[in-house]
Amino acid sequence: MYQHIHHQPNQPILDVSHLTVRYNGRPALEDITFHLHEGERIAIVGPNGAGKSTLIKVIAGVLQPQSGEVNIYGSRPRGHLCIGYIPQRSQVEWSFPVSVADVVMMGRSAKLGPFNWPHKKDWEVVLHALETVELSNLARRQISQLSGGQQQRMFIARALAQEAELMLMDEPLTGLDTPSQEGILNLLDRLKREMVTVMVATHDLDQAASHFDRIMLLNHQIVAFGEPGEVLHTDNLLRAYGGRLKPVDGQNILSTDDCCDEGSDDHIH
Amino acid sequence: MTTFINWLTEPLSYEFMQRGMIAAVLVGIVCAVVGSYVVLRGMAFFGDALAHTILPGIALGYLVSGGARDVLFWWALGTAVVAALGIGLISKNSEIKEDTSIGIVFAGMFALGVALISTVRSYAVDLSHFLFGDVLSVSTQSLWLILIFGGIVLLVVFAFYKEFLTLSFDPILAATLRLPVGLLNNLLLTLIAVTVAVALQTVGVALMVAMLVTPAATAYLLTHRLSTMMGLAAVFASLAGVIGLYLSFYLSIASGAAIVLTATLFFLIVFVWKKLTGR
Repeated sequence: MYQHIHHQPNQPILDVSHLTVRYNGRPALEDITFHLHEGERIAIVGPNGAGKSTLIKVIAGVLQPQSGEVNIYGSRPRGHLCIGYIPQRSQVEWSFPVSVADVVMMGRSAKLGPFNWPHKKDWEVVLHALETVELSNLARRQISQLSGGQQQRMFIARALAQEAELMLMDEPLTGLDTPSQEGILNLLDRLKREMVTVMVATHDLDQAASHFDRIMLLNHQIVAFGEPGEVLHTDNLLRAYGGRLKPVDGQNILSTDDCCDEGSDDHIH
Repeated sequence: MTTFINWLTEPLSYEFMQRGMIAAVLVGIVCAVVGSYVVLRGMAFFGDALAHTILPGIALGYLVSGGARDVLFWWALGTAVVAALGIGLISKNSEIKEDTSIGIVFAGMFALGVALISTVRSYAVDLSHFLFGDVLSVSTQSLWLILIFGGIVLLVVFAFYKEFLTLSFDPILAATLRLPVGLLNNLLLTLIAVTVAVALQTVGVALMVAMLVTPAATAYLLTHRLSTMMGLAAVFASLAGVIGLYLSFYLSIASGAAIVLTATLFFLIVFVWKKLTGR
């Protein structure tokens, strides 16, 4: 079997303390400290280059921080199979010769262990995951034939097949039309019932406020972290977005040019 | 009809043609399967460079053994594995861009190989065998080596199918799933190296990359499943091997070139057919 660390009871699902990441000396994340409870839905909001993707990758264990710690149920991210990372759609090679079911089955490749091919039970898990995200009828399609929303749901199904307890999603709503976005958000609501903890990087403050339990306002540092009502105040938003935010008539009206950008300066290859 | 059957069976009455056919088919299958990963991961330049880089190793073996052919497989195998892992290391830890550093190493090593072989009197003939292959001179012993090492390569691809698939499609997923990414990457480089050694006598150093990418790319145009792609690529490569050898026999063209030209023709037919039918 591949390495898999067991969870310690009575520990938060995610505990991040004094996390600092620099790229070539430039700080991407500075002294980030917070923890999450099981089943919470968190939105990470902030301008482009604020470090949203970096934070997600450090938690996933793909990127090593310069200092600070990430603990998942009391131990380091490496060794945990329960973290589902859902990439930005722009980072995926859609012409790859795989079907939707193949991609979802990839989520089980570590659980299967070396030399094993998927058993009947694994295909059942995959089909169940595809049912949950309502893609069963497209299981055999090549992945480039899916719409943007379906592609995103396929990756959620992959995290479900992986039996992920913490789902990290990098801009899952970017570039999707409104019905597809609603579809994904409804799916996240359903996952809450299964006690899956969800952390989503997003640009949309409205959706962050209406669909998530807590919002993290990020700009290299945590500007504010709490329930939407506490976080989304003009002074917080001004501190996070700086000059790109224009208060209009004393209301929290955002004028950012972020929404159509994929945050490309935000992640590292 | 009987003339056509005669036309087909006549070359097979020669033992060197039988051995050549078997070698070309075996090599084709192994190259096609491993080549599918080469195509999907954009490693064509790596494969080409690797093939050229082993020339000094073969040359050295050739000089040391006094011109014996059968030991060259081991020299090729050793050099290929060292070169593959070495290139992998360079491309990770270099300040220069990956393709530039591979280019420097590959051309330098290739020149060293040519220089070594040029010290032998019959150098032009021998060099052309190493560069372009000489499948019709495959011995029974070489055939066994091709079968055994080609079989090992296919077994490893089969055993790690899901790991290589996951790693090739989504390296970040592979990392979050805690798959041994570094080990798997080096294993894949080693598989390509063994494949290069296995294919050396059939297509030679200079045409190797065609066997790695052309059948796999042809299959890629026709399917959306990796396993199907590997199977189709193996069919194209075997057919190219057999047809190429008939062409070589009746038209007196170099066997390696005939095989590669047939594979290229398959690709062009499929490519044009896809464009015309708009699929």
